[in-house]
Amino acid sequence: MLNFFGRNQSRDVAKNRLRNVLAHDRADTSPEFMEHLREDVMRIVSEYVEVGGQGVDLHLQSVEDHVALVANIPVKQLRRRGRSGNN
Amino acid sequence: MGEVIVITSGKGGVGKTTTTANLGVALAQLGLKTCLVDADIGLRNLDVVLGLENRIVYDLVDVVEGFCRLRQALIRDKRLEGLSLLPAAQTKDKTSVTPEQMRGVTEELRAEFDYVLVDSPAGIEQGFKNAIAGADHALIVATPEVASVRDADRIIGLLEAAEIPPARLIVNRLRPGMVRKGDMMSVDDIVDILAIDLIGVVPEDEQIVVTTNRGEPAALSQGSRAGEAYRAVARRIRGEEVPFAEFGEPAGLFGRLRRMFGQA
Ligand SMILES: Nc1ncnc2c1ncn2[C@@H]1O[C@H](COP(=O)(O)OP(=O)(O)OP(=O)(O)O)[C@@H](O)[C@H]1O
Ligand SMILES: [Mg+2]
Repeated sequence: MLNFFGRNQSRDVAKNRLRNVLAHDRADTSPEFMEHLREDVMRIVSEYVEVGGQGVDLHLQSVEDHVALVANIPVKQLRRRGRSGNN
Repeated sequence: MGEVIVITSGKGGVGKTTTTANLGVALAQLGLKTCLVDADIGLRNLDVVLGLENRIVYDLVDVVEGFCRLRQALIRDKRLEGLSLLPAAQTKDKTSVTPEQMRGVTEELRAEFDYVLVDSPAGIEQGFKNAIAGADHALIVATPEVASVRDADRIIGLLEAAEIPPARLIVNRLRPGMVRKGDMMSVDDIVDILAIDLIGVVPEDEQIVVTTNRGEPAALSQGSRAGEAYRAVARRIRGEEVPFAEFGEPAGLFGRLRRMFGQA
């Protein structure tokens, strides 16, 4: 919400900053967290794509007022069909 | 067998000691034998907040070093049947007690008391580890500020890692007028972000300052909003369903006017 002077209310600013900082804190303080996420993403993506290079690269990135989970997944080739049977 | 509850926060100065003192009073008022343990070794505070500073003979470190028996170090509050304090040492530091020793002390206390409340020091180091060592449950105190909520989140993670069941949250120093104006995070905002259960909301209240000056915790007497809030927390600890009060809605024309001008 904007206040009278067109500025974001400090309550909303605080909430956004907190969400942002906590996303990084939680990822940083639990080393397994990102590793497990990476493994799970790899497992699912592999059903559709033959992943090349170094495999799935995942990291958190702060963009403007939110946090993004950014994935870089090198593709060797797409599988002929996705999840078994679907096409 | 009594229950051991640690009151902790991560960030300093958010109201752990105030909360421990007032909850102790409120639990004792419900007729429950309650012992307050000051685990903030080297920065003893709980004794003065309770107004018991002149009666200290032995302290927690004397107990673990074997200079006295636990019973001798306990100070009974003469104003309120059932309330006792185990003071911290003022001249030692946090490393003079180990988590195992702390667990030993709380085990011994839980045999005697219905509730043992441990006032944790700020931070996440040895003093914090001592404070949580013997705890069955944790209450986390946070104020509606970014740094406080951030530290609370870190503490929640550490309590989880220590396999203490999900902590419950006390939001302290809430200023409802500021929340209404969009200048302070609301209780819902904080609960939403931390994703833990709420057990209390304590408003910013001048009476906390006045009663702390006197060494008579607000919950000892009727008539302060913070004292009422702490009494509600005590009943929720007992498992009662107590509705959360709407703060900052003073009745009557004056209150409505103040609210119109955003001062409530
Ligand atoms: N609800 C409240 N309204 C007004 N003042 C408050 C409230 N709660 C706490 N305070 C004041 O805030 C200050 C810090 O409180 P307290 O000593 O309880 O915090 P603490 O978390 O124990 O600090 P520390 O981390 O240093 O041990 C005190 O001066 C206290 O009187
Ligand atoms: Mg304190």
